[in-house]
Amino acid sequence: MAKHHIEATVNGDAMEFLCETEDTLLDVLRDTLQLTGSKEGCSSGDCGACSVMLNGRLVCSCLVLGCEVAGHRVDTIEGVAKGQALHPLQQKFLEHAALQCGICTPGFIVAGKALLEKNPNPTDTEIRYWLAGNLCRCTGYDKIVTAVKDAAVALRKG
Amino acid sequence: MAENGTNGTNGQGYVGTRTIRPDGVDKVTGRARFGADFNLAGQLIGRVLRSPHPHARIVKIDTSKAEALPGVKAVITRDDFADQSSEFIPAGEMMMNYKDVVRNVMAREKALYEGHAVAAVAATSSAIARKALKLIDVTYEVLPHVIDVVEAMRPGAPVLHDDLFTVGVEPKPDKPSNIAKRIEITLGDIEAGFAKADVIIEREFKTAPVHQGYIEPHAALATVSEDGSTELWCTTQGHYIVRAHCARLLGLDIGKVRVTATEIGGGFGGKTVVYLEPLAIALSRKAKRPVKMVMSREEVFKSSGPTSGATVRVKMGATKDGRFVAGFAELKYQAGAFQGSPVQPGVMCAYAPYDMENVHVIGYDVVSNRPKVAAYRAPGAPISEFAVESVVDEIAKKLGLDPIELRLMNAAHEGTKAAYGPKFGPIGLEETLNSIKKTEHWNTPLRKWQGRGVASGFWFNIGGETSASLTVNEDGTVSLMAGTPDIGGLRASLAMVAADELGIPYDKVRPIIGDTGSLGFNFLTGGSRSAFSGSMAIVEAAKQIKAELCARACKLWEAKPDQVEFKDGAVRPIGSLGEKAKPMTIADFAKVAGKTGGPIGGYGRINAQGAGPSLGTHLVDLEVDPETGRVTILRYTVAQDAGKALHPAYVEGQFQGGAVQGIGWALNEEYVYGADGKLQNAGFLDYRMPVASDVPMIDAILVEVANPKHPYGVRGVGETPIIPPLGAIANAMENATGIRFTELPMSPPKVLKALREREAAAKV
Amino acid sequence: MPRVVLVGNLAQLTGGVAEFQLSATSVKQLFQQLAELHPAIQPHLEEGVAVAIDGQIYQDALFQPIGPNSEVFLLPQIAGG
Repeated sequence: MAKHHIEATVNGDAMEFLCETEDTLLDVLRDTLQLTGSKEGCSSGDCGACSVMLNGRLVCSCLVLGCEVAGHRVDTIEGVAKGQALHPLQQKFLEHAALQCGICTPGFIVAGKALLEKNPNPTDTEIRYWLAGNLCRCTGYDKIVTAVKDAAVALRKG
Repeated sequence: MAENGTNGTNGQGYVGTRTIRPDGVDKVTGRARFGADFNLAGQLIGRVLRSPHPHARIVKIDTSKAEALPGVKAVITRDDFADQSSEFIPAGEMMMNYKDVVRNVMAREKALYEGHAVAAVAATSSAIARKALKLIDVTYEVLPHVIDVVEAMRPGAPVLHDDLFTVGVEPKPDKPSNIAKRIEITLGDIEAGFAKADVIIEREFKTAPVHQGYIEPHAALATVSEDGSTELWCTTQGHYIVRAHCARLLGLDIGKVRVTATEIGGGFGGKTVVYLEPLAIALSRKAKRPVKMVMSREEVFKSSGPTSGATVRVKMGATKDGRFVAGFAELKYQAGAFQGSPVQPGVMCAYAPYDMENVHVIGYDVVSNRPKVAAYRAPGAPISEFAVESVVDEIAKKLGLDPIELRLMNAAHEGTKAAYGPKFGPIGLEETLNSIKKTEHWNTPLRKWQGRGVASGFWFNIGGETSASLTVNEDGTVSLMAGTPDIGGLRASLAMVAADELGIPYDKVRPIIGDTGSLGFNFLTGGSRSAFSGSMAIVEAAKQIKAELCARACKLWEAKPDQVEFKDGAVRPIGSLGEKAKPMTIADFAKVAGKTGGPIGGYGRINAQGAGPSLGTHLVDLEVDPETGRVTILRYTVAQDAGKALHPAYVEGQFQGGAVQGIGWALNEEYVYGADGKLQNAGFLDYRMPVASDVPMIDAILVEVANPKHPYGVRGVGETPIIPPLGAIANAMENATGIRFTELPMSPPKVLKALREREAAAKV
Repeated sequence: MPRVVLVGNLAQLTGGVAEFQLSATSVKQLFQQLAELHPAIQPHLEEGVAVAIDGQIYQDALFQPIGPNSEVFLLPQIAGG
């Protein structure tokens, strides 16, 4: 069976690629497009390490097929920082030591950014429930919540 | 305290501050390369065929159809691995036997657990590799299996190994069994102790196997040349250990194997052993192309080692004013398919937080048909200390004593003789108990169905072989190379120590983790040793540099050794040595390094001794929903002795992360087996680890009782935090419900059942 | 003379004798003297034993000195996770 020829926008760039029917968007990102920032933790949508934005919506890329994104917009961790400037969320994660091994961090940054774009002043509870789809085994989530809150403050200040 | 000779610090003191980690930018942008992020041109994808049976003889393996499939470049089975003689070596946590190691990597006579590797293929794509696995024909003779530890100990239980005869019992058994060994420690006279007791509490506890739960699955990429030189990239806690295992299993010279530790997405002890690495190398050797292998999440659960499940009986006696006079425990730990559970440290740690005259602890190491256990953060200790902390709490309740006061009354301190023999040096248990006592948390009132629990914990910590280097570059920046993978902020801590020792700015120190070809041997990252040992090696390396620079200054200034000193980041004349003797910084020396003798560097190669135990106390408030059995953690405080926190935020991170792993272990995590011996919850949906909405903020109190054997007073901190949560939560549950839960996890179905049974009993 | 105590199962290799008074001035000498008295213990001394000298635990430290009044415990080796 011939591969599918897909055109999509990834991190603002027009991309085209070939993929099998059963390839997930995560497979395409990591293996075909060599964007390895999104991570594979479980392949069943339970850990959030593969979080990306699809047309501005937070999804697990392991649950999206590569061919599904034809004509659509995908934004990954690689597109969060603008040039040399880190996004405030990235900066706050560093300042608050909100990462230890760092494998879950791309997923949390993408998910956290999605939250703050929707809700610029989230409560602790709102942050925790929004991020409940992202597993972290190292930090116990404490410093992640602190970093997201502090990033919200920084973003509101403009 | 400082045994490091001249001190470079000019008061800038990075140690103890919250610097930004040097590897951080790559981690928050997705640039950092973890195990599965590495690729080599021309690589093949490797996949493993795993036994569907928990116990079966492997009669025949026919790989011919798989080998004939286009795209398949190599297939390996037990025939591709030489058998290993029986020889115990220290490996990660437990003593491992190489005869067992080779069989765990690739099954030989038998498949001993569902998920046991039976064959592996390397093909041009993952899809072809999966297809090839289906074409491998394995003839199994299915055998009866056994999972539970008590069941496995019964005479008549299916026996896993014909050559396993229990060690440590007299007379020596003449029939094989599943009991690998029996161990015990005794202190004083336990019966005399119980005779003195006014109150005696005896309880039996049961815990289930739990997985370390690292988010990054195992991954390895190997390439073998025609002359046998091997390069391997893998996610591991110990690349030198991986090198040693692979060299041994594949008959290679250690020097011919070069292992690079990629960034690691969590380990917690589970990545201290080998699974894919020898397979990837064997496949690459056969296929003559690089081979990349990554485990699926299902494989991680089914085929990599969780920690033991156990059955524990504890009996403690105390006088009416609260003195612990006797402590007995019997621990039965599952080792999985091959011997080597962490029952030994479980035995030694059970009563370690307490000053007791009479202790008797017995332990059994028992095999059963589930994956070989691997280390998990303070291996063995959480289980035994959970049981003891629960009984301590019952003693407090029975005697009407405050649980913190009771622990203070019996707390081990400097000079206390440990149950396992030696006397303690300075330790901080009392300090952690007093810190908890002073918190607002401890003094906040609770409501109905809410409960509060406290528990303490002990872990030894280790040092070990460490090699690390500091190299002064031509512009005065310093390259730091360490050899223990950085799991959670190590590079930041070591860079701070180097900066302080040499008196240079933190951002002029660039740390990396070297591969096995770049540094001498390093024991793995584990045992809470990487910051403790690494910093000692860096202090040593810095000492060498400072001595070298002083020697060069003497030559430049024509001075004698006692006329120069390294102080505040520069070599300085003591007194006046004339015009030519102006202070020279490291950068100054760097500019003229070539002319004054050559490149400047220091190489610390040590076997770090002097590790001090870290003790901690946790406090938890929780609420039980009587309608669903769900437990909500309302509030959590950790107080633990770090000796000296090199980087307070990463030390707090260890406290918080370990506490949340403990919360998961106590409330929800467990391996669920069907009657068919197969794992039913091999995924993150049903192996339920805590998510952000399950836990509150974790308050961390840093206690610092300096370790006199370390130049900065450091104690390892990584492991202790997982120990107290189990007992603290069980104690809080008793406080909330009046029911003593003795089986972990205290998941909603179990809680609901206990509440309903009590209701029903009350109605009778 | 230093007092040497074998903890746990190690005493099974010395016919149940758990305490010794030995004249050793280093860990290396201690191992030699013990092995001379009880050859069965030798392989266990080479691998898998930690030595606590006056409360401080040493692992793989053959040259560590032992004082004339030291209290020495031989323990199973400890690692971690």
